Amino acid sequence: MHRSSEVKHVASYLNTRGCECFGQPCESHCPVLTDRTIHVQLKTFIKIRVKPDRTGVVTDGVKHSMNPFCEIAVEEAIKLKEKKLVKEVVAVSCGPQQVQETIRTALAMGADRGIHVEVSGKDYETLGPLQVSKIFAALAKKEQADLIILGKQAIDDDCNQTGQMTAALLDWPQGTFASEMTLEADKLKVVREVDGGLETIKIKLPAVVTADLRLNTPRYATLPNIMKAKKKKIANVKPADLGVDVCSRLEVLKVDEPPQRQAGVKVETVDDLVGKLKEAGRV
Amino acid sequence: MSSALLPSSRLTSVARCSSWRRASILAGTPGQTLAELPELHQMMRQTCRDYAQKELAPIAAQLDKDHKFPAKQVKELGAMGVMAVEVPESLGGAGMDYLAYCLAVEELSRGCASTGVIVSVNNSLYLGPILKFGTEEQKKQWITPFTTGERVGCFALSEPGNGSDAGAASTLAQQEGDEWVLSGTKAWITNCWDASATVVFATTDKSLKHKGISAFLVPMPHPGLSLGKKEDKLGIRASSTANIILEDCHIPLGNMLGERGMGFKIAMQTLDSGRLGIAAQALGIAQAALDCAADYAHKRTAFGAPIGKLQAIQFKLADMALAIESARLLTWRAAMLRDAKKPFTKEAAMAKLAASEAATFVSHQAIQVLGGMGYVTDMPAERHYRDARITEIYEGTSEIQRLVIANNILKEYQQ
Repeated sequence: MHRSSEVKHVASYLNTRGCECFGQPCESHCPVLTDRTIHVQLKTFIKIRVKPDRTGVVTDGVKHSMNPFCEIAVEEAIKLKEKKLVKEVVAVSCGPQQVQETIRTALAMGADRGIHVEVSGKDYETLGPLQVSKIFAALAKKEQADLIILGKQAIDDDCNQTGQMTAALLDWPQGTFASEMTLEADKLKVVREVDGGLETIKIKLPAVVTADLRLNTPRYATLPNIMKAKKKKIANVKPADLGVDVCSRLEVLKVDEPPQRQAGVKVETVDDLVGKLKEAGRV
Repeated sequence: MSSALLPSSRLTSVARCSSWRRASILAGTPGQTLAELPELHQMMRQTCRDYAQKELAPIAAQLDKDHKFPAKQVKELGAMGVMAVEVPESLGGAGMDYLAYCLAVEELSRGCASTGVIVSVNNSLYLGPILKFGTEEQKKQWITPFTTGERVGCFALSEPGNGSDAGAASTLAQQEGDEWVLSGTKAWITNCWDASATVVFATTDKSLKHKGISAFLVPMPHPGLSLGKKEDKLGIRASSTANIILEDCHIPLGNMLGERGMGFKIAMQTLDSGRLGIAAQALGIAQAALDCAADYAHKRTAFGAPIGKLQAIQFKLADMALAIESARLLTWRAAMLRDAKKPFTKEAAMAKLAASEAATFVSHQAIQVLGGMGYVTDMPAERHYRDARITEIYEGTSEIQRLVIANNILKEYQQ
């Protein structure tokens, strides 16, 4: 079934709409993972402003919420638990104090407990997929997780790296861009959305899966579950406790807004058009 | 392509969320204060807001045009626990407090005012009195099936001959052996065409005047109970409103709610709480109207700039936001007093009065901000205007609210 046009439509939509920080990492990944892990990402929906010193975007006072792909990942994990295929769902997020709210949303959807990996200040500003995957890998070993489910990418930086890096660090198989996943004993059948269409693979557990748009439709947190979430525990952990160095290997040189759209020029004839294009060196 | 469009539309709706989030940023220290809601309440407010934005707002205009009861959405809200917020978990409810309920109704009404009133009537006017005055047996029979969204209830107090004058109920209830026989007509009953039960108020002792009114539980449909034609209303058209006609309607003696002669008291106490639900609905409508106007002020250009730059528009938006915020704080305060089991009658009346007048004011100004666009169905402003109007009338007219407030004030200053 040839679905590349649909996949491209979704992919391009994200790049223009989701990447409001204009291609620069502005929020850290806040992977939510668990014993069947969920990836949670901080994302803002407010108008993004570049900081005056051009080192990033303004994040002060900006409300953060769960990355939509991570919501889908949480939903998938909870569905597995409801089918009694997994025992426990643990939601994890990396970041400052505010991420606890996002973890609690995952708990309200049905996750059993949460882990908050505290990263704040300068460390948080430079937190990227590599550090997050290291944290992920360390936690997965510590928690003896069998399955890590993340959103395929964060819609603030669109890196699309954390899942893949985590799998590599753990030397686990990975099923990325999953639009369908079925647990069959100790193997996972994953249908992946790729440019050529749909690819079905079978991977052995433990494994990493990244969730794509069509994997499921996340549920609304019900009021009784919100009440229950209050009693669920969120553990606090520091990257150092996991032996992870969050120092970044990347240095952001500058962050700029995209250039203002210039007014077009009207021409009378096709010859004029070709002439102008030649002038601009485009032809 | 439709399957590709559907999921991506979720992203659009999530992205569109920005103005909704911006409009409700609260500052202050956490805790049970008016400055910032507790985390639990913030979460449940968010889930209702997400639901309203994704599931209600896109269909609200069509529901209004078709006068269609949102049965599917009511079931989904039931599954979320929103149809029975205050009902304890043991009876199938969400077991949350009244503040949570008010937040839920406001957020849902922001998406669709009709759905807001359907939720409000079920919670406050139907489940409310049974929860408070019902026997354990009655609670199991009349509450639990109405928590899931599969069934909704209604509240039959008003009559063609009396609305504000509730004490003059002319519907009669006569005992005949081991049955009550009800006869009379009730008017303006919200939800009745979609309801599976009603709380009905009828006179059991005419000589005792308002102390001779009792409350009864009647299943629907039921022999002897018929419905009048659905009213063709100005607004909240997706919720049904009609007369309930009782002709020789027999019900078991066990269907009396509370004690004989307690009806008026039950009605008044129920309405005290119910009016907070309506205040919340009015807030939701007002907020939706403000959302519409503020968004338009950013986009519409005139005299060379977005109209939001003009002072005339700015003053309007400021007054609109002020009216909403003031009414919201009054509503929250009244709900918190009720949750703390303190007297809240005066505060509830103030909240309902402020919120309903805010709704009519804000929706009026929203049309003004939109100009010609506010007058056509392409924009939701005209629907908010039509939906807002009823909030000043039902569950206690603005005039009655003023009397309630005045009576309380005079009592406070008693010589």
